[in-house]
Amino acid sequence: MRAVPRVSRTLADDQPAAARSSWDGGPILEVRDLTVEYILENDVVLAVEKVSFDLAPGEFLAIVGESGCGKSTLLFGIAQLLFPPAEIVAGSVNFKGRNLVGLTDSHLTAIRWRDLSVVMQSAMNALNPVKSIGAQFKDAMRAHGVTSEHEIAARSAQVLQMVGIDPIHLKSYPHQLSGGMRQRSMIAMALLFTPDLVIMDEPTSALDVVAQRSLMVQIKELQRDIGFAVIFVTHDMSLVSHFSDRLMVMYAGQVSEVGATQQLFDTPLHPYTAGLMEAFPSIRGPKVALSGIPGNPPNLASPPPGCRFAPRCPKVFDRCRTEPPELYQVDGTLVRCLLFEGGAAPGLPGRDTAGSAA
Amino acid sequence: MTEPWAPPEQVLADGTEPLLRTEKLTRHFKIGSALSQKTLHAVDEVDLSVGSRQIVALAGESGSGKSTIARLLAKIYKPTSGEVYFEGRPISSFRSRKDRLWYSGLAPMVFQDPFASINPVFRVSHGMLRSLKLHRPELSKQDQLAEAERVFDVVGLTPPADVLLRYPHELSGGQRQRVGFAQALAMRPKLILADEPVSMLDVSIRIGLLNLMVKLRDEEGVSILYITHDLASARYVADRLIVMYAAQIAEAGPIEEVMSSPRHPYTQLLLSAAPDPRAPLGVGAETDRGEPPKVIDPTPGCRFRWRCPLAMETCHTVTPVLKPIGVGRDVACHVAQSGAEVKAF
Repeated sequence: MRAVPRVSRTLADDQPAAARSSWDGGPILEVRDLTVEYILENDVVLAVEKVSFDLAPGEFLAIVGESGCGKSTLLFGIAQLLFPPAEIVAGSVNFKGRNLVGLTDSHLTAIRWRDLSVVMQSAMNALNPVKSIGAQFKDAMRAHGVTSEHEIAARSAQVLQMVGIDPIHLKSYPHQLSGGMRQRSMIAMALLFTPDLVIMDEPTSALDVVAQRSLMVQIKELQRDIGFAVIFVTHDMSLVSHFSDRLMVMYAGQVSEVGATQQLFDTPLHPYTAGLMEAFPSIRGPKVALSGIPGNPPNLASPPPGCRFAPRCPKVFDRCRTEPPELYQVDGTLVRCLLFEGGAAPGLPGRDTAGSAA
Repeated sequence: MTEPWAPPEQVLADGTEPLLRTEKLTRHFKIGSALSQKTLHAVDEVDLSVGSRQIVALAGESGSGKSTIARLLAKIYKPTSGEVYFEGRPISSFRSRKDRLWYSGLAPMVFQDPFASINPVFRVSHGMLRSLKLHRPELSKQDQLAEAERVFDVVGLTPPADVLLRYPHELSGGQRQRVGFAQALAMRPKLILADEPVSMLDVSIRIGLLNLMVKLRDEEGVSILYITHDLASARYVADRLIVMYAAQIAEAGPIEEVMSSPRHPYTQLLLSAAPDPRAPLGVGAETDRGEPPKVIDPTPGCRFRWRCPLAMETCHTVTPVLKPIGVGRDVACHVAQSGAEVKAF
């Protein structure tokens, strides 16, 4: 049982009068059959194909995959940040019971920062270089109707302290901060309104191992204290091994496996997941020769007809090359591989409560 | 430093010179305006050596000076002071075009970003054949092509004749980085300076490149200076590990020994912070919120002392010097050198 302490909503006290819709009951985010295409002049690239999952309040979901597997596109699809040529062609994203797909900009603006915030990969590019950190915090708060200078200053200082930065840096410009501090102030900005969901796109990839570790620990602490849910995209599986509740492995635009993080690390089912596990050397365990995964991910403009991983799969058999596998349920894990066809009927990658306890 | 100073492991046990060694290698950069001149110490009095057929990993946070060392070794930068000896000869003496070409062929670089390091408007054969023409003019046109195909085959770009005719955009990141290694290999190098060669690649591709580096060492007899911040990959390929912190070497030694019993608090911090799903979550790193310092006009004292839980009085006043503390092991830490057990993280 992952009972998330939602009691520590004390921060909500200094929220503006506008009513916060508190969410009590059911998944906070329901993604159904989300499909994103890049519509190019001559080609249609299916970047994200029929991705479905549920996210419980306060849950930490990690999405991993190689570059080009569609993980960032999926994230942008959820946050409604896609620009042409990318387009959501099917599916829905229900956030707190409301479908975000097709909402107008003004409706989205009301939700962004307040209920759902996004932390981008490169804080240097996401922050405005000619405005101080404090001024950027102020912009975000004003956009949501907070006008009291005092309130803005107090809340800005508070969130900056929450991420371990001295509030004196509200006067600093992004270039005066180190990479780790910039990334932290992005996270602070994302927490200005105590959102219910924070979406993070490789927020630690520009950082060193030490800074990376301390940022991850901090995200986890904040998440426990405040109770927001996290979707965390990364290409580095080992990074999230100790932090995420659930792990979703994507390959070539599809979910190839999703399940409790520890379970996936202990007994990866999909040959691709197993390959990823074997792809990085251990720092402490016995030194063994590794082979990685041969070959490259497929071109999504013309994916292989059967299983998309078949050309690189060590366990490939004849049917794999012609029959596209669906997601099969095995012990609470969903896996897209014909080897597990007998497991159970194709289901939705929602996690039953027993699974996330692992 | 007034005490008699013996550079560590400068000469091998049998009295021969290592393939490459540096002696108090130092590089400073002037920063600031004319009125407030400051000096950034990128590399400070670094002594390191690379033996033949050896992969040496140079690890550290960004800003610790590891890439500057690679550029000093490649003669891209001139050292502020100190010297690099290649097979016993100081590289500052390679001044003529012929000598410089000869040296850059013996110690070529492989760069971090395979998307920026190959000219996108030419086929990959273009860069390959140009460097062969420059560095091995004795080869005929046909021999050059044969040599290009040979090295492409060695690095696993098959079929070589076909890959040579492709444009960089037709290759994946992993393949492009293999082209980088092939170009280096074609010059018949003795030492490849690889600056974060796999950090831009996907996890599933990385291991192939690491295996290639091992193959180059074992089969082609090339030494590699592998610059990285990823200790797990360093352990996978390297024979020796050099850990840098704030422009200086913190610890050096045989990699398995350093990683199983790190003696410098900073090495311990790095190891505890490295993510490893096969091991329990390292404790201690949570408390560290420090950041690597910018080494601008440094004062004496250990540069790690602000983040070090073991810092003593001496650490604030005397800069620790790299000293041997065992066979092949060197550490620059007052606590470790005093013989005390170091358990900081």
